[in-house]
Amino acid sequence: MADLRELYQQVILDHNRSPRNYKRLPDASHTAEGTNPLCGDEITVYVLLEDDVIKDVGFQGSGCAISQASASLMTSAVKGRGTDEAEQLFRAFHDMVTAGPDAPADSKALGKLAALAGVRQFPARVKCANLPWHTLHAALTGVHEPVSTE
Amino acid sequence: MTTLHQVSRAKASAPPVLDLRRIRADFPILGHLSNGKPLVYLDNAATSQKPQSVIDTLTRYYQAENANIHRGVYELSQHATLAYERARAKIQRFINAAEPHEVVFVRSATEAINLVAHSYGRSHLHAGDEVIVSVMEHHSNLVPWQLVCEATGARLRVIPMTDAGELVLEEYERLFNEKTKLVALVHVSNSLGTINPVKQMVETAHTNGVPVMVDGAQGAPHLPIDVRDLDCDFYALSGHKMFGPTGIGALYGKAALLDAMPPYQGGGEMIRSVRFEKTTYAQAPAKFEAGTPHIAGAIGLGAAVDYLHNLPWDLIQAHEYDLLTYATESLAAIPGVRLVGTAREKASVASFVLDGVHAHDIGTILDQEGIAVRTGHHCTQPVMERLGIPATARASFAFYNTREEVDALVAGVLKVREVFG
Ligand SMILES: Cc1ncc(COP(=O)(O)O)c(C=O)c1O
Repeated sequence: MADLRELYQQVILDHNRSPRNYKRLPDASHTAEGTNPLCGDEITVYVLLEDDVIKDVGFQGSGCAISQASASLMTSAVKGRGTDEAEQLFRAFHDMVTAGPDAPADSKALGKLAALAGVRQFPARVKCANLPWHTLHAALTGVHEPVSTE
Repeated sequence: MTTLHQVSRAKASAPPVLDLRRIRADFPILGHLSNGKPLVYLDNAATSQKPQSVIDTLTRYYQAENANIHRGVYELSQHATLAYERARAKIQRFINAAEPHEVVFVRSATEAINLVAHSYGRSHLHAGDEVIVSVMEHHSNLVPWQLVCEATGARLRVIPMTDAGELVLEEYERLFNEKTKLVALVHVSNSLGTINPVKQMVETAHTNGVPVMVDGAQGAPHLPIDVRDLDCDFYALSGHKMFGPTGIGALYGKAALLDAMPPYQGGGEMIRSVRFEKTTYAQAPAKFEAGTPHIAGAIGLGAAVDYLHNLPWDLIQAHEYDLLTYATESLAAIPGVRLVGTAREKASVASFVLDGVHAHDIGTILDQEGIAVRTGHHCTQPVMERLGIPATARASFAFYNTREEVDALVAGVLKVREVFG
């Protein structure tokens, strides 16, 4: 049976209760919207890019604990990194949450993001964890239509 | 129509004795486990479970009775045709329609509404005309009308509701004018549980010379339906929500309206004669049943209607009222829980929100306890917007649910509070 405690770890509950970087960047150079229409999760990601480095990043929106915590952890993880590093993290994160319930999590590469590894055991919630990342990716690559992970 | 108030009065004089154990035994899935726990199925508004008699009817049809209908001269085909038409007559009696040919088989309630929107809507609506809908419509009874409005230049007018989830009838009456061409109204709200005063609202519309389409997807699972008493012009039924198969539904339409409407889809079965110069169409309902229909589904829906017909409805309604009252009181007693949809006339639907916890997290944690509820906007985004909430968790009960299952739900919600500290 999937483990609730692993899904709702203290880190996740904490980031859900007090999300980091929950802010609009008035001087954002890149912005994108993500929505999962079926569950109603909505997020906007703001990025201030300078010389391919994420100088600042913020998000706003509403959704479940998983999507809120994922956005909060993501913004903390990518701030100050180059865009290709951020894209690498995105791929590693994506692989982790879609790896299937029994795969080991490569927590070294992911650092704090590994707190979301529990999502693997809850297939219905993978899209919640992924939404902020797809939205960040859309912002960095200049997609103007809202993205979705449903 | 018996209202819940009447049922509650009846309850006071004669305590209900519904043999729940026997009823539950009719639904094989209710004995199954989910996540290692006994399944507590509280998502009946999304789809209901099926009694063994419906499952057996489908199996028997495919094992021994399968043939296309209205075509073969051979015995098997004639038998299938008879069974299909007999199912139509069962549904006619179930909703007290005047004639069997007032019942059109469709895929779902959604298709029933699209049929009316497409056929009746496009032939009757013109630029500047108005269609009245309510703020609590399921997207199924909203988007088809938006599409017709886009195509014809007509526009939607919206009946507002109170915070409790009751339509404001004075506002409804004020919406009528000489441009009003149709009212499309949900009988029972899937997200709030509200039972709308359809009969009275139909009367108002008819006083203004306007026909009414009723979305009855959530009506038939909870209430005896009498389309002649309601005097509605169209009524949509969803097979899978009334203990029948998926992929089948029915549209009731008054004969005079159906006869005057153009076809919805073209194909076999719906024609009288086909020539390149001119094709003429069959009468309703065949006119609206192009192609090979879901024969097994229709016959299975007939079996569901037989099953419902044999239930003690006074006891069923008293039991559902008891479940609703018990669930409402038990949930409301949990700190941080707020019930959404508190209309006086309600079907057994308990939508709720929990302070600081998103509905999806509630759903995931309840799922671990074997409890199936729906979370989200329930295809009623305008309701969520009106109430200023992103989503609710919804427990929707059928007559086979028990007080013990309400207890399990309450224990599950307490667990959610525990996880979220
Ligand atoms: C009020 C209401 N109308 C219409 C529908 C659509 O019914 P169907 O699934 O038969 O298309 C639903 C189902 O969710 C509903 O609850």
